[in-house]
Amino acid sequence: MYQYDSYDQSMVDARVAEFRGQVERRLAGDLTEDQFKPLRLKNGLYLQLHAYMLRVAVPYGTLNSRQMRMLGDIADKYDRGYGHFTTRQNIQYNWIKLEDAPDILADLASVEMHAIQTSGNCIRNTTSDQFAGAAADELVDPRPYAELLRQWSTFHPEFDYLPRKFKIAIIGSETDRAAMKLHDIGIQLVKNDAGEIGCRFYVGGGMGRTPMIAPVIGDFVSPLQMVSYAEACLRVYNRYGRRDNKYKARIKILVHEIGADEYRRQVEEEFAHILTLGLEPPAAELERIKGFFEQPGFDANASDELDLSDPDFALWVDQNVHAHKQPGYAIVNISLKPVGGIPGDATADQIRLMADLALAHSFDELRVTHAQNIVLPHVKKADLYGLWQKLDEAGLAAANLDLIGDIIACPGLDYCALANARSIPVAQKISNRFADLGRQRELGELKLKISGCINACGHHHAGHIGILGVDRKGVENYQLLLGGCEGADTSLGTITGPGFNEDGIVDAVEKATDVYLAQRAEGERFVDTYRRIGMAPFKEAIYAKEPANG
Amino acid sequence: MVEQNLRYRSDEPVSDPAVTVDAFADQNNATAVRIEPGDDARALLPHLDRIALVEVNFPAYTDGRGYSAARILREHGYAGELRAVGDVLLDQLSHMRRCGFDSFAPNQAISSEAADKAFATWPDVYQKTVDGRPAIWAKRHPA
Amino acid sequence: MKIITGSDLRTGDVIWWTGEGWSRHVNDAVEAGEHTEAIIARENAKQIVTDTQVIEATVTDDGVRPAHIKDRIRALGPTVRLDLSLKPADPAAGNWVI
Ligand code: HEM
Ligand code: SF4
Repeated sequence: MYQYDSYDQSMVDARVAEFRGQVERRLAGDLTEDQFKPLRLKNGLYLQLHAYMLRVAVPYGTLNSRQMRMLGDIADKYDRGYGHFTTRQNIQYNWIKLEDAPDILADLASVEMHAIQTSGNCIRNTTSDQFAGAAADELVDPRPYAELLRQWSTFHPEFDYLPRKFKIAIIGSETDRAAMKLHDIGIQLVKNDAGEIGCRFYVGGGMGRTPMIAPVIGDFVSPLQMVSYAEACLRVYNRYGRRDNKYKARIKILVHEIGADEYRRQVEEEFAHILTLGLEPPAAELERIKGFFEQPGFDANASDELDLSDPDFALWVDQNVHAHKQPGYAIVNISLKPVGGIPGDATADQIRLMADLALAHSFDELRVTHAQNIVLPHVKKADLYGLWQKLDEAGLAAANLDLIGDIIACPGLDYCALANARSIPVAQKISNRFADLGRQRELGELKLKISGCINACGHHHAGHIGILGVDRKGVENYQLLLGGCEGADTSLGTITGPGFNEDGIVDAVEKATDVYLAQRAEGERFVDTYRRIGMAPFKEAIYAKEPANG
Repeated sequence: MVEQNLRYRSDEPVSDPAVTVDAFADQNNATAVRIEPGDDARALLPHLDRIALVEVNFPAYTDGRGYSAARILREHGYAGELRAVGDVLLDQLSHMRRCGFDSFAPNQAISSEAADKAFATWPDVYQKTVDGRPAIWAKRHPA
Repeated sequence: MKIITGSDLRTGDVIWWTGEGWSRHVNDAVEAGEHTEAIIARENAKQIVTDTQVIEATVTDDGVRPAHIKDRIRALGPTVRLDLSLKPADPAAGNWVI
C-alpha cells in the first residue's frame, strides 16, 4: 500500500490547520454560513437532516488495518458507534459536531487519511477496482495510477471551482467492477499488441438526473502523459462546461452538447499545448509509487485445498470468495448486507474486527467496494474457515454477494436533506422478503439499487432492478426500473410505469423476479432475460389486476 | 475603477482603465484589458507584448473560469500584471496566486497579513503550475 | 401555522424556535408570527443556529406536526434507527412521520 512521505503528510496536516482556522472563524462570527459552507464542504462536512455529516475519503477504496481501526474509533469517539460505507468507496458519519470536526480530521491525518475534496465542485476521490492487485483477470494494477491522480488532483489550484463535481474512476482489468463508464472520467488501463500499457479515457459519463454512458475520448494515452491528458480534459471542461444551470453543469452535458468528436478535438489541442509545459510527473515518480504496490510476500507453497464439509461455510465460499491470481489465496468479500440490515452500515466493533482480520489474514489490507461491501484482498485459503467463523460471530458472514440481498441503497430521507423518499426501509423490506438464501441463489446474480431521489447516489439507473424514490404530493412513492447494468455491458434502466408505495414496490420487485424465473433460458441472468424478452412481460405481470380472491 | 488592494509586483501600476476584450481588439493603443468569465483568454495571445495589465473578473467566486484564463496567459509568456477582481475571498487567494495572479482587488478588503498567511497555507504543492514553485514530484526526484 | 426550525451551529442538532429560545423538541415550537425574518437574522447573528427555515405545521392531538415528511423525520430522527431518535422507547414512533 502507498505510504505517505513527509511531503504528503505535511499537506494533510496543513489542511487540518487550515480547517481548524476556518471553523474558529465561523464560530466567532467572522464567517457567515454562506461563506463557510463551501469551505466545510471542501472538507466533506455537510449539514444533513439530523446533524453534520462527515464524508471521509478512502483513496481508491484502499485501507490498511490501522486506518480501518481509526475509522472504528472515530465512530465511537465522535459519532454514535457506526459508519456508512458508500457507493463512492468512502465512509460517512452521520452525527458529527462542527466543533469536533477539526479534531476528527487531525485523527485521520495521524493515519494518513483525510476528507479533502469529498464534496464541492472539484475533483473528488478517485475510485478503482476493489480487487486491484489481486484479481486473476488483471492486466495492469491501477493503484499506482490512481495514486498519481490523487496527488495531481489534491488542491489543484485551477480546478477547485469547476462547473460541478468531478469524479474519476480507473481500472486495469477486463471486467469493470468500478462502473467506470458512469464517471466524469473513466480510465481503463489496456495493453496494445506490442504489450505496451495505455490509458483509454472515457469522458462524460454519469448518473444523476441525466444518466449517460461515457464515450471514448482518448483511445491510447501513454501512462507517462496521463496527468497531462486529464489536465487537458479538465481545462476544456472548466472553460466551457455550462454554468447557467446546475442540472446541466456536469461534463456529460458538455460532451453531449458539443459531441464527442468536437470535445476530443478541443482536448487534443489543449493536450498538445500542455505537453509543452512539462507538467507530468516523471517516470521515476510512477516507479516510486509502484514500489509501494509490489505483491505481498505470498507463501508459494500455500495449498489450494479447501475443506468444504461445513455446508454454511461452503455456501459462503461459493458466493463471497473470488479467485485470486496467486495459487493458494483468495479474495474475500465481506457483505455489509445482513438480512433486514441497513446496507453499508457497520458498527465500530465490526469495523475494528475487520481491521484485525485484515492484519492477521490479508497482509494488512482492506478495500471498500462501490457495492458498499468490504474486501479482504489476499487471504490464504487455509485461513478461510477460521476467518469465516469470526465474521459469522460478528454478523458479517451474509453469503449474498451480487444476489438480490446485496442491495445498494443511499441514505435516503432517513438522513439526506435532498431526498424525496426513504431508501433504507425499502431495502430492508426487500431483504426480508428474500431472506431465504436458497431463493436468492436460485435467482442468481441480481443487482438491486435504490436511490432516494434523482441524484442517483444509489446507482438506481445501473441496477438490474432499480428503485427511485419520488415525492408524490408529499407522500413517498417509488418508481421501478429494469434493465440497468454496469461493467463492460453498461446499460441504463427503463422505468416500468406508474410508481408504488413502500409495500407495493416490494411486491412489484417480487413479481419481476417471478417473470424472470418463468422465462429465463439456460445460463441467463435477470438482466439477460430482460434484454431478450423486453419490458412487456414484466409490465404485464407487475401491473396485472389482482384476482378478487387473490 | 476598483481600488487597488494587494499587489505583489515591483513595477509601477498601470493607470489606464481596463477595456473589454472586444474593445481591446479595436483599440491598438490600449494596454489594460478586462476578462469576463465567458471571454476566451486566448484571444489576447497575439497582443501580449503590448499589454501591461489584465484584470480577470470574478463576479462570483464559485465561477472558476478565471483560473484557467490566468494560467493560459502565463503559460504563453504574459509577464504583465494579472489582477483578480471582484468576489475574491481570502480562502481563494493561494490558488489564485498559483494560477499566476499577482495582484488582487477584492470587493471586500483583505489585510496583507491575512493574505500572507493564506499564501503560506501549503508548505508544498503537488502540481507544477505557473508560479515557479517546484512540484512535490520534482523535489522527490531532483534532476 | 408557521414555525421556525434550524440546526444548532455547533452540534448540528435539529432545533425549533420556542418564542424565547430553541428546543430540540418539535412540540415546543410556537407560531412564529410576522417577524420571522427579524427573528432569524437576530438568532443567526448570535452564532447559535444555522440553516434556519420557516416551515408549515399544524397542531394535532399529538402535538405539533410539520407539514412535510422531511421535517417530521427531522423532528423524530432516522426511522431506521429509532434507538438514536428522540423516542427510543417507542417502537411505533416511525409511524408518526408518514
Ligand atoms: C447524504 C448526503 C448526500 C448528498 C447531499 C449527495 C448529493 C448528490 C448529488 C446532488 C448528486 C447529483 C450530482 C449531479 O448529478 O450533478 C449526487 C450523485 C451521486 N452521489 Fe451523492 N449525495 C449524498 C450521499 C451519497 C452517498 C451516501 C453516496 C454513496 C452511497 C453517494 C454517491 C453518489 C453517486 C455514486 C452519485 C452519482 C454519480 C454522479 O453522477 O456523480 N452520495 N449526490
Ligand atoms: S440519491 Fe438523493 S436521497 Fe439518496 S443520498 Fe443521493 S441525494 Fe440523498
